[in-house]
Amino acid sequence: MLSLNNVEVIYNDVILVLKGLSLKVEQGQIAALLGTNGAGKSTTLKAISGLLHPEDGEVTDGNVEFEGVQIDKLPAEDIVRRGIFQVMEGRRVFEHLTPQENLLAGAYTARDKGGTDEALERVYGYFPRLEERGNSMAGFLSGGEQQMLAIGRALMARPKLMLLDEPSLGLAPLLVQEIFEIIQRINREEGTTILLVEQNATRALEIAHYGYIMEGGRVVLEGTPAELQDNADVKEFYLGLTQVGQRKSYRDVKHYRRRKRWLS
Amino acid sequence: MDSDVFLQLTVSGLSNGMVYALVAVGFVVIFKASDVINFAQGEFLLFGAYLAFAFIAQFGLPWSLGVLATLLTAAMIGLIVERLVLRPLIGEPVISMIMVTIGLSSLLRAVVNGIWGVRPKAFPNFIPSGEVEFLGAIVGFDRLLVIAIAAILLTVLTLFFRYTRDGIAMRAIADDQQAALSMGISIKRVLAVAWAMAAITAAVAGIMLANTVGVSHDIIFIGLRVFPVVILGGLDSVPGAIVGGGVIGLLESYTAGYTTSGLELIVPYIVLILVLMVRPYGLFGKEIIERV
Ligand SMILES: Nc1ncnc2c1ncn2[C@@H]1O[C@H](COP(=O)(O)OP(=O)(O)OP(=O)(O)O)[C@@H](O)[C@H]1O
Ligand SMILES: [Mg+2]
Repeated sequence: MLSLNNVEVIYNDVILVLKGLSLKVEQGQIAALLGTNGAGKSTTLKAISGLLHPEDGEVTDGNVEFEGVQIDKLPAEDIVRRGIFQVMEGRRVFEHLTPQENLLAGAYTARDKGGTDEALERVYGYFPRLEERGNSMAGFLSGGEQQMLAIGRALMARPKLMLLDEPSLGLAPLLVQEIFEIIQRINREEGTTILLVEQNATRALEIAHYGYIMEGGRVVLEGTPAELQDNADVKEFYLGLTQVGQRKSYRDVKHYRRRKRWLS
Repeated sequence: MDSDVFLQLTVSGLSNGMVYALVAVGFVVIFKASDVINFAQGEFLLFGAYLAFAFIAQFGLPWSLGVLATLLTAAMIGLIVERLVLRPLIGEPVISMIMVTIGLSSLLRAVVNGIWGVRPKAFPNFIPSGEVEFLGAIVGFDRLLVIAIAAILLTVLTLFFRYTRDGIAMRAIADDQQAALSMGISIKRVLAVAWAMAAITAAVAGIMLANTVGVSHDIIFIGLRVFPVVILGGLDSVPGAIVGGGVIGLLESYTAGYTTSGLELIVPYIVLILVLMVRPYGLFGKEIIERV
């Protein structure tokens, strides 16, 4: 369904971040993309969704194909219309909009009104808590609720392929569990194909059909979850790492805040 | 100082205030969508008044058609400005956009001078300017009409932002442009809508002014009122623009009516500073949500 072929991405004409990355996502599956901080995971997702352009990033070599069409030159809005929806790292809810308005914004590309009401029902089915929060601004939701809202926004657009960037970032273990269960349900019940970027390798490999491990802008290892879990290097560097997962994710949150300031 | 005078002052203050509010709303819409401070908003107002003059007085269109033509032309001008001047600057620092709008304001002013000259124009009053009794006081009919039209338009705008797809998209862009982009929201389309709306609301205000105060370059000074209004109400708040317009209009009117002349130019600013000391984002300005 989706394939990246030797993709090279350069930011600001000089910073080479992806150095010939290739991966495939099969229809109906969950693919996990794992890697350490700065490996280029988010950049990979942005190269697919077209969100590189406003950050002055560009696919300078190779290509991204979705359903047989080359999409790496298309603007983000066209890519969303083709059925790819990225849930960005750090949740990025619209803080001054209500949860429901956030969801409606997610349905921007969906044309008919009846479909929108039905989609709202569906999202509230997955995340009843969002409906309970009524008219309070989304900025006041808890971190977990915001992550649910971010995924809910994606559901509103009924995408064929959902790109999830670290949905477990900064969440308590119980919530991580809940979010991952819902991701799995969305994959099964909606038939949505999912490309899941995670630091939490153990959990991600539990629900994925296939996994990629990237380092320094390239895929260094790939295979089924069973194969990856068996690999000695993966055991040591990725699955072992989850032991210090808490400390790590705390740092990630700060790292994200800082980056956001630079951008705005 | 009986209640008649008070009511008259209230009506004239409110009608001025609603004109300010209309101009201010256009300013707010652009600021919400793109963080651009549009220094040419007052010139949109001027253009609206002169366009109405051209269509109705010069071309002799019946007033309904003349108004329609004015609004359509204003929308076109808004779209052209956005397309030719601001869109190429998307992603550039906000300060360059601001400089561009300052340049734009001089340009629009020069165009008005070039086409219509600098002398005031006689404008046929198409709104009946008779007096009516309102709550026991005698007030100008045109004043009441201005208030009514502005109230309707401002209500429509408020509903637009709350319920429509483009309205919600505009507020989403104001919150987080990249996240908005990630859901396929077209920044270009939203910016175009914002500029067209800003030009149209200013043109409506311009037409009303043409009727109540006449067509001249003095309209620019009324346009300048947009700044105290939006600062008072909050740069990014539509309700703020409405309340800010009303408050400034009323303050001017009461001070002019009840005190020695000249004070009405100062009092609104004194109130403005007092309000900002308590609420630095303006009355309705967006607060920064800081989750801990
Ligand atoms: N807009 C940008 N301009 C310049 N360099 C960037 C930009 N965005 C990311 N980079 C750089 O690209 C590299 C990869 O970043 P990316 O965000 O893709 O990593 P990541 O794998 O998602 O990391 P994390 O786990 O911390 O989210 C980093 O070195 C980062 O500094
Ligand atoms: Mg990342």
